[in-house]
Amino acid sequence: MSSASTSTSTSVGRVRRRTSRTVSTILSKVGVYAALIVTSLITVFPFFVCLMTSFAPQAQVNAWPPKLIPTSWTLDNYFQLFHRLPIGRQFLNSVIFATGVMVFSLIFDSLAAYALSRLDFKGRNVLLVVLITGMMVPYQALLIPVYKMLASAGLIGNMNMLAMILPRMADVAGIFLLRQFFVSLPRDLDNAARLDGAGEFRVFWSIVLPNAKQGIFTLALFNFMNNWNDLLWPLIMTSKSNDRTLIAGLSLLNGSQGGAIPYGIMMAGAVISAIPLVIIFAFVQRQFVEGIAMTGMKG
Amino acid sequence: MVRDRSVYKPRRSLVTSDTPRKSGALTRSQRRYGWLFCAGAVIIIGAFVFYPALSALYTSFTDATGFNIPQWVGLKNYQDLFTNPDVLRALLNTAIYTVIYVPILIAVSLGVAVLLNREDLPLRGFFRSAIFLPFVLSMAVASMAWKFILDPNLGFLPFWLSKIGIHMGDVLGSSIWALPTVTLVGVWKNFGYFMVIFLAGLQGVSHELYEAAELDGAGPWRKFTSVTLPGLRSTTTYIVIMSLIQAFQAFDQIYVMTSGGPDHMTETMVYRIYTEGFRNFHVGAASALSYVLLLITFAAGLIQLWLNNKHEKEDM
Repeated sequence: MSSASTSTSTSVGRVRRRTSRTVSTILSKVGVYAALIVTSLITVFPFFVCLMTSFAPQAQVNAWPPKLIPTSWTLDNYFQLFHRLPIGRQFLNSVIFATGVMVFSLIFDSLAAYALSRLDFKGRNVLLVVLITGMMVPYQALLIPVYKMLASAGLIGNMNMLAMILPRMADVAGIFLLRQFFVSLPRDLDNAARLDGAGEFRVFWSIVLPNAKQGIFTLALFNFMNNWNDLLWPLIMTSKSNDRTLIAGLSLLNGSQGGAIPYGIMMAGAVISAIPLVIIFAFVQRQFVEGIAMTGMKG
Repeated sequence: MVRDRSVYKPRRSLVTSDTPRKSGALTRSQRRYGWLFCAGAVIIIGAFVFYPALSALYTSFTDATGFNIPQWVGLKNYQDLFTNPDVLRALLNTAIYTVIYVPILIAVSLGVAVLLNREDLPLRGFFRSAIFLPFVLSMAVASMAWKFILDPNLGFLPFWLSKIGIHMGDVLGSSIWALPTVTLVGVWKNFGYFMVIFLAGLQGVSHELYEAAELDGAGPWRKFTSVTLPGLRSTTTYIVIMSLIQAFQAFDQIYVMTSGGPDHMTETMVYRIYTEGFRNFHVGAASALSYVLLLITFAAGLIQLWLNNKHEKEDM
């Protein structure tokens, strides 16, 4: 607006500017929604396909053109799946493996995190540096030597579940995740408890742990989810169908017959393997996301 | 030992950020309990991270097969890494995977985070859950679904594309398209996680800076480049390193979708470690390749620590 304009034209201009601003806000809102809807469709679509295909008759799954909604609903894929794989057993294996790793690593990680954040002891800083070094070693690079160790200890083939759980009973990333949460708690809390005569374990158990619920919870979920979903580790540590976890067992269906891939049956397995996680996350997703956000921010 | 720790300026945040203050009686019991509390973790991590890391180093200089008495072969396995065309292919594939994966992953997760970063956005929780879903469920399962969706004879994508006149063909059987496809499935799986971290980072960018920029007449793009991006510096560093490390370790979707094919064109380092070590029993060679993986991951980790340090110093 030039200074020479009259008062009326200024107000007209203002009105025009305001309308154009509302129009552009509306447009940008529409754009934001369009982008978010497209993104969500892309993330959810494969799981929707999984679910629908698992209930579709095999003839439809193997026909062109593909149909999203089953022409007739059937549990045939599920029956076939149970016929081909020991699904109940593999489901149990997954539960024991994921829960076992979760429980043991919570115990060992939180104890270590407590010592490394609250206690002053000789060699503490050296231990921290050594652990940070260990955090940067990817487990995929250690598959061969770890397998060799477990095999020579006689665990593989006899006690596969122990072989899968044992190496994961503690992990550095978990220790540091918990340590971040512990460090942020005020130290006066535990010093007061100590002056009242509480021992270190008491301070750990009744003061620090209850106040770091978010951290414990985040690590527990991470460990359960990662191990439930892991493919490479159980694939290597087990060879018999009965020893496999669900995820490693399902991958046996994939191309195992050389010919057509039994998609319908695979999808039925996929749905079964996803059910526990979907149920868990339906309840706790918000807390989990907040936990990740807290750990991510500190980096 | 009279150093007063309370005025000790931490150099490495992870190491010394919160050393307890010393006071006689407390310290004595702490000394005793420190190692006791760490014992379980130290034994497990020592036995299953440090010991195997050293033993793999030794194995990488031998001709071990898992069944023989290993003979020392010096640097042969490492020389073979650079002469065996299949290994070179795996290294190159991992590099290509990384170059595609990291920038796209960061662009998408940051983009979606910026879109979702309004508290008043209706359905915000729904979108966040939907976008986070692939991260929660297994990559192997998702890969089965994607394999079906992409199947040239049965899949939805070829069908829909054919309706608008595009002939997609067999992407997973194509030596050009298979690798980008499995890479994009990797992005699809993980960007929800990085979006959550970006969202957290965005909450930390001060509103006043945005208001100041607005007063200076900055448009949305200018605000993004001069307020948002600088404010996300340490978050972005973290995400770059994490996604690099993920890219080095790609395996699951390749195992399910292409089995390394066609003609080794989607074989990555970890896939090669798996087939060499556990299918072909070239344990020595696989250990050498494992060490390459270990060293590049380690390098990425060191860069992360160094950048963290630098940022912290600059922020002080």
